[in-house]
Amino acid sequence: MSILEISDLSLSFGGVKALQDVSFRVPENTVTTIIGPNGAGKTSLFNCISGFYKPQQGTIRYEGRELSSGIKPPKRAALGLARTFQNIALFRGMTVLDNIKLGAHVHMNSGLLASMFYFGAARREEMEVRREVEHRIIDFLEIDHIRRQPVASLSYGLQKRVELARALAMRPKVLMLDEPVAGMNREEKEDMARFILDIREEWGVTVLMVEHDMGMVMDISDHIAVLNFGQVITEGEPADVQKNPEVIKAYLGNSDIDSLRRKLNPQGEAA
Amino acid sequence: MRIGDAKQTYEADEAIWTSNTQKLWFGLLLLILLLFPFMADSYLLYLGCLVGIAVISTTGLNILTGFTGLISLGQAGFMGVGAYTVAWLSLNTGLPFPVTLLLAGLMAAAVGILVGLPSLRVKGLYLAIATLAASVFLHFIFAEWESVTGGMGGLSLEPAHLFGWTFQSDFRMYFIIVPLAVLMVFAARNVLRTRVGRAFIAIRDRDISAEILGINLLRYKLMSFALSSFYAGVAGGLFAYFYRVVTPESFPLSMSIFYLAAVIVGGMGNLLGGILGAAFMTLVPEALKLLTAALTPFYPNAPVFMSPMLEIIFGALIVGFLIFEPHGLAEIWHRIRRFFRLWPFRN
Repeated sequence: MSILEISDLSLSFGGVKALQDVSFRVPENTVTTIIGPNGAGKTSLFNCISGFYKPQQGTIRYEGRELSSGIKPPKRAALGLARTFQNIALFRGMTVLDNIKLGAHVHMNSGLLASMFYFGAARREEMEVRREVEHRIIDFLEIDHIRRQPVASLSYGLQKRVELARALAMRPKVLMLDEPVAGMNREEKEDMARFILDIREEWGVTVLMVEHDMGMVMDISDHIAVLNFGQVITEGEPADVQKNPEVIKAYLGNSDIDSLRRKLNPQGEAA
Repeated sequence: MRIGDAKQTYEADEAIWTSNTQKLWFGLLLLILLLFPFMADSYLLYLGCLVGIAVISTTGLNILTGFTGLISLGQAGFMGVGAYTVAWLSLNTGLPFPVTLLLAGLMAAAVGILVGLPSLRVKGLYLAIATLAASVFLHFIFAEWESVTGGMGGLSLEPAHLFGWTFQSDFRMYFIIVPLAVLMVFAARNVLRTRVGRAFIAIRDRDISAEILGINLLRYKLMSFALSSFYAGVAGGLFAYFYRVVTPESFPLSMSIFYLAAVIVGGMGNLLGGILGAAFMTLVPEALKLLTAALTPFYPNAPVFMSPMLEIIFGALIVGFLIFEPHGLAEIWHRIRRFFRLWPFRN
């Protein structure tokens, strides 16, 4: 069963075709990864799914219902689509805790008047959210030591982790991660890979990510879709995708493996 | 001094005052505010009332500009709406002042929502110009809609009244203005530490991110405009009761700039900063006048020399603050607090 199904999606900016007839599916409760060279259209695809770009053609079905362009980003968030950004998009003026609490925004109800008065309903709701954030997210992602710090003072790796925490506070069904380990050192990458696997297993959340780190992609993905020049070349399990000649061509250029080997090692051929 | 600050519950951790020392200092402040009118002469009392009104309006503008990131030059116009509402209601109905002030706030909030409508499309300086246009338009209405506003001559009104009390003197007005200012600052503090306030700050810091979290930008921007102009409307209403005359010239454009300057000098996005900024902007010109008076016995020409200088000195002080204290007066306060946090056990 697929929780997200993209069919024949096309998006162009003027003459530039960012996506052409893109079709693929995200099976429920998997880690699905979109890979492809720079400029292949991966982030554009994310922006279509979260509602920032309006594709000219094609459909996006989420849990069986179509996400038409009339469903704006805030509504999609309320439906359970959460995401992080390639270049971190945290609220720099706030503490880690407030950033994460913002993730729970759609699950809270306090209006302006209740907030002004605070005591009573607004406070009760705030404390419930605080408890949930502390117990389920801050402990889980091991960021309890930084909860009071302004996010601007944190390292890059920790900021990425806080952004993940904020997305989790949205209680998502599909979590979209745009390059979750870019720019991280090895230890930070391993932590992040562990979190992603735990999110899928313990929380039952479907993860859709864009990532360039092939080692990690092949290790933790259940399903991979390969995008090149706005088109899906292939999709399938990691082992199959790795062997696909089209994929190798997209990554290594227009030559087959044997000729590449010959170029790299001319003596070997003579021998 | 504050040491060993461990909390057992989330309620205690999220309280406004997290230590007894803070509660003590705040109690002391309330006591001083309560005793002030009994000690102060009429001039100081007058200034106290002015600062109270300025604090309410600055807090409102701080919510909009400091916390939501929407620059507005319409604050004086919104205050005007509140003042005219109070004046008209007190002339044409017998409503007591709490009701007229509330209606003044609501009326200003409604106008604020209208003025805020372009904010979804225009940002930054463009929004400032849009609000500037709105304030010019409001000024035009104040001056020309004679049947309601009394035209250029304006409206004079009776003192505020409630249960047979009339609030004619500055002394009595103080007891309306200052408690209201304290309450409204607290209401703002509460908004800013809960869901709605976080949404405001999110819009200021990164609006695309806010949208992805499910925050409806238009709704929250308009809410911020409404809240901010509600504060302005109440401040304008108090202004009307305080001077008991309202004319179009009571709310010039320079007043909007005054409040924007108060927010910036005090510290954008900091409620305490707004309060300090309001006090600074109100009191420094007065202090400079006092200085002139003090100099006159020694230099008989001082008034001639000083009166044109006052504006320049005032301007230079503001520029100086922007250069040397870009985070505003609130930052000075935080520095003092940090110093005393572990005092006397430093290092």
